[in-house]
Amino acid sequence: MVISVNGDRTEIASGTTVAELLNLLEAPDRGVAVAIDGEVVPRGEWIRTEIGEDAKVEVVVAVQGG
Amino acid sequence: MSATPRTDGLVIAGRELSSRLILGTGGFTRLETLGKAIEVTGTAMVTVALRRLAVGGDAVHGSLMAVLDAHHVGVLPNTAGCYTARDAIRTAQLAREAFRTDWVKLEVIGDERTLLPDALELLAAAEALVADGFTVLPYTTDDPVLARRLEDVGCAAVMPLGSPIGSGMGIRNPYNLSLIRDQTKLPVILDAGIGTASDAALAMELGCDGILVASAISRAHDPVAMARAIRAGVEAGRLAHGAGRIARRRYAEASTPDEGRADLA
Repeated sequence: MVISVNGDRTEIASGTTVAELLNLLEAPDRGVAVAIDGEVVPRGEWIRTEIGEDAKVEVVVAVQGG
Repeated sequence: MSATPRTDGLVIAGRELSSRLILGTGGFTRLETLGKAIEVTGTAMVTVALRRLAVGGDAVHGSLMAVLDAHHVGVLPNTAGCYTARDAIRTAQLAREAFRTDWVKLEVIGDERTLLPDALELLAAAEALVADGFTVLPYTTDDPVLARRLEDVGCAAVMPLGSPIGSGMGIRNPYNLSLIRDQTKLPVILDAGIGTASDAALAMELGCDGILVASAISRAHDPVAMARAIRAGVEAGRLAHGAGRIARRRYAEASTPDEGRADLA
């Protein structure tokens, strides 16, 4: 199944959850947030939110900024 | 009988910060220097931003949070780089999940070269975020009317610019800043434009409750020394504001008495 992660075409198994995707991406534990198709996925829903076909996933992390 | 020492913290939305200096983390080329600047300024809150995870990238992101944790500072996420209310609202919502805080430094930019705020989008975003439960600290122009409108929609502070972000041009319109100070009950935090310690002192002398500073420290030749200088500037300006400066006069007024001079003719 193909999705987009931060603009890159990415192949994942169907049924993959947000939490599983973050593991695959080796995302840090802290300072991370996820949106799917422009909607923020609350942290508490990561383990049960399955990513759908063609989903546009944005994974953002803390960076330095004024 | 001695009175309890009066604390002089910065209170925003009922939360007291032990320092009146909010440090922006942008521009530090080494996290170690950022850590030292946090220590030297004594800041209680620092800004952070959100950007896409570099897929397959290194673990640098994690270490920023580690530095902030190690120094026990609060995190104020920004919406830097947003040009529409919609983008800024989404970014604030992402930040709420990422940092588990409903505080946000709301930036909605209207122009690429000056990075000046877009007043209409800013006001719309502020109103929506307040309704969504956020504690909103808007980065705004030094327009007293816009500041009032931001207060009216429920912002927790106003953060007028002294001059454009990163310009180091200081406070271009101290008169406007004074007007904002006079009319609002909200904390006023000078955001953007500070170039050196005297700019920070002037902001505080004008009655600002605090300053937000990033580039002036992070891009100084010696960031840690400048952090110390700007902290001293904030403290000096705060003291001077409380002390009540003398009125400006056109002509001199001698401080030495004229009477009783020796006759040396």
